[in-house]
Amino acid sequence: MKNVSDADSNTAGTAGLIHSIIAKAYAESPHLLHVLYALQQQCLHISEEAVREVAAHLDLPSSQVDAVVEFYSFFHKIPRGRYDILFSNCTSCGYMAGGVDLMAMLGQQLNIVADNTRGDGLVSMGQTSCIGMCDHGAALLVNGMPIISLDVAMIARIAALVEAETPLKDWPSGWFQVDDNIRVSGLLLKDDLSAGVGLRAMLALGTEDTLSEIIQSGLRGRGGAGFSTGMKWQLCREVQGSAHYVVCNADEGEPGTFKDRVLLHSYADSLFEGMTVCAFAVGAKQGYLYLRGEYRYLLPHLQSVLVRRRELGLLGVDILGQPGFSFDIDIVVGAGAYICGEESALIESLEGKRGIPRVRPPFPVTHGYLGQPTVVNNVETFIAAAHIVLRGSVWFRAVGTEKSAGSKILSISGDCAAPGIYEYPFGVTIRQVLDDCGAKDAQAVQVGGPSGMLIGSAEFDRRLGFDDLSTGGSLMVFSQARDLLVVIVNFAHFFAHESCGFCTPCRVGTTLLKNGLDKIASGHGTRYDLDEMQRLATLVKCRSHCGLGQTAANPILDGLQRFPQVFEQRLVHRDFEPHFDLDAALGEARQISHRDDAAAHIE
Amino acid sequence: MSADTKQNLITQNTITIDGQEIPFQAGQTIMDAALAAGVYIPHLCHRQGLTPHGSCKLCVVDIASRSASSHNSNRRLQAKFAVDADSRSASACTMPAVAGQQISNNTPALNEVRKTITQMLFIEGNHICPSCEKCGDCTLQAMAYHLGMLDGHFPQFFQHREVDASHPTIMLDRDRCILCELCVRASREVDGKNVFAIAGRGINAHLVVNSASGKLVDSDLETSDMAAHICPVGAILIKEHGYEVPIGQRTFDLHQVSEIGLEKIILTKARQPDE
Repeated sequence: MKNVSDADSNTAGTAGLIHSIIAKAYAESPHLLHVLYALQQQCLHISEEAVREVAAHLDLPSSQVDAVVEFYSFFHKIPRGRYDILFSNCTSCGYMAGGVDLMAMLGQQLNIVADNTRGDGLVSMGQTSCIGMCDHGAALLVNGMPIISLDVAMIARIAALVEAETPLKDWPSGWFQVDDNIRVSGLLLKDDLSAGVGLRAMLALGTEDTLSEIIQSGLRGRGGAGFSTGMKWQLCREVQGSAHYVVCNADEGEPGTFKDRVLLHSYADSLFEGMTVCAFAVGAKQGYLYLRGEYRYLLPHLQSVLVRRRELGLLGVDILGQPGFSFDIDIVVGAGAYICGEESALIESLEGKRGIPRVRPPFPVTHGYLGQPTVVNNVETFIAAAHIVLRGSVWFRAVGTEKSAGSKILSISGDCAAPGIYEYPFGVTIRQVLDDCGAKDAQAVQVGGPSGMLIGSAEFDRRLGFDDLSTGGSLMVFSQARDLLVVIVNFAHFFAHESCGFCTPCRVGTTLLKNGLDKIASGHGTRYDLDEMQRLATLVKCRSHCGLGQTAANPILDGLQRFPQVFEQRLVHRDFEPHFDLDAALGEARQISHRDDAAAHIE
Repeated sequence: MSADTKQNLITQNTITIDGQEIPFQAGQTIMDAALAAGVYIPHLCHRQGLTPHGSCKLCVVDIASRSASSHNSNRRLQAKFAVDADSRSASACTMPAVAGQQISNNTPALNEVRKTITQMLFIEGNHICPSCEKCGDCTLQAMAYHLGMLDGHFPQFFQHREVDASHPTIMLDRDRCILCELCVRASREVDGKNVFAIAGRGINAHLVVNSASGKLVDSDLETSDMAAHICPVGAILIKEHGYEVPIGQRTFDLHQVSEIGLEKIILTKARQPDE
């Protein structure tokens, strides 16, 4: 790549500003995502010029920088407002969660249309996928900071604060206060390990016994796939490589999931302890915590925990005086892409690329970060591992079922009296969970988020576990009052928005499913459309490249199977109804010509 | 995969595709083995000699689960949780051949899936075959005929896509791009350049050019590059060489897409002095 890097450096103003932002951000952290974040924050967008500058400074092809900017939701090529407001569109913490369209309301008060920046550049507004505040009602991000428990009165105050250009630090601090809402504590939540106790137990055991304790415990990945953690660590350890890596997947983007938010906030020591145990077992010197962009507000806290652990000798060179045992952790923050929760897409993102899932095999455990053997585990998995090393595999196995040892931490939201964090032994029934969280008249529960399973009341005696209802932790309750079709449409929009675009079935299929559902929901669908939906959903599920596509159609397939009436009651009883609505297509012409008389309509 | 390939070259083994036993060598994918044996598995994003990609999904096959297998692999563990316990879907171009695999390929059900995927590719872009220079040499068009596709079936997306006519000798019409990344890989792996990349996400994914202006003219693409010729559709075309081969005498007027080794024939149709 021949890049004329100094072409603009002499021109004053923006060029100089861009250059200094890049240089400063790069000195702090050379990661592409972090440099782009600094630009987005300070310039409110990432211009073509900035893309070229970044490419030159980081010695990357400008096409790669361009591709990354366009891939992640929180980077923009068109300037955002000085107040950039993003409403969650999740069914639990979205702008419609309270039954009122809060986004439309704010838009009206600020005189701004969604997905736009106001002419004066003061404010922009839009929506974003679930921001993990589902136990706190409607929520938004303003310049990356979450504001929770939104209501009509707050919307009016927000509009006033924005118009008055009040700095964020002077907004009511209580709005930004995100409580943990831990309702039921079990094995892992009862106590945060005091720093270092797990590591001392680990050193006493030695590498072999540490690994065998993890294997013996029967611990399986808490992200949802349920692969044996001990086996993963052992496989990684056995692979030759120039380096081994430990990666924590803290990119929980599944709508309705917020347990990692709480774990990162209140159990960070246990998490870093677990990552260090893994490093000891597999022989890694470097670890990464991949934090979802929506949780950037937790970054200062996490950094301070890392600093303290270094001071205590729990990270760094010769940890706890053990010669040769060196390990440290860096935090990489994402920028709004659900797909990066898929482990190989996460690794691509760590490497400063678009989050496109890799071809597997080979798996990350042999060819992961920078092509080297890499363990990628969920936040909860690492925390469980830290406890197991301290308390032993027998202690862990004593809880749960034979195939699903230990406990599961659930994020419960939706139509229940007490949304929050619940930790249960595996094997608990859905009915028990619903009783505990005060869900009085549930008609359906979404287990494991949109990519999981939608079940009805007939199945509430099923049990949580890898051999029955597997879950990454999201549990959304829908009462009899809910229109399930609205929920399913919401999920279809989510997947179409989050598809990475790599493979044809998911890239095109999720959009076709979204359009088809919109047609049915708007009262234009026929029996034929339902059959098409079934056929297409099956194809997307069976033929997509990665887990996103393979699960994207689940809400539709589950809905068609278990709740066919929610679709059927919207159908028009004709053989065929075209997708194309001629009268609607004339709407723009009517608007331009200021006509709305009968002659300006078809039919 | 390639590191230990050489050692195992001697041990030959077989897979079975639609009942036909086919030998393979360690390190080969199902696609490699099939093509070497003259068995056609439909594909658009695959080209021998380039890193397999697995994005178009035309090469989906079903591999029967081996319940009585002596191998104890992690994959069997995962298969237990698969919804369909009888077989699992795989991309033939990226899935390594493993001894004893029972593979379904040329079945009505799989060809129906492939037809739907081909329709998806048609309606997502803007493909106007009769006015396209690539007509008759286009692998997407030939695939549609091969699979008995009669229409796009789904509503057109009518996406806005940019044309780049800046380069003096090469044309980039993104309306026809199917995101197969053959040009991306050919440029990197064969031409030793890095002219193309994919940007954007989901349905907004699109081909971008690696140059300061984002225009082809400022890239180092040349007509002698493989990337300038490898496009299976009419997204990348050589300028001033339109319709030199008349309709009726083009590649797929004379050949079936299922014939193996057509790549060279398509290239000669472009009448360029390379290769």
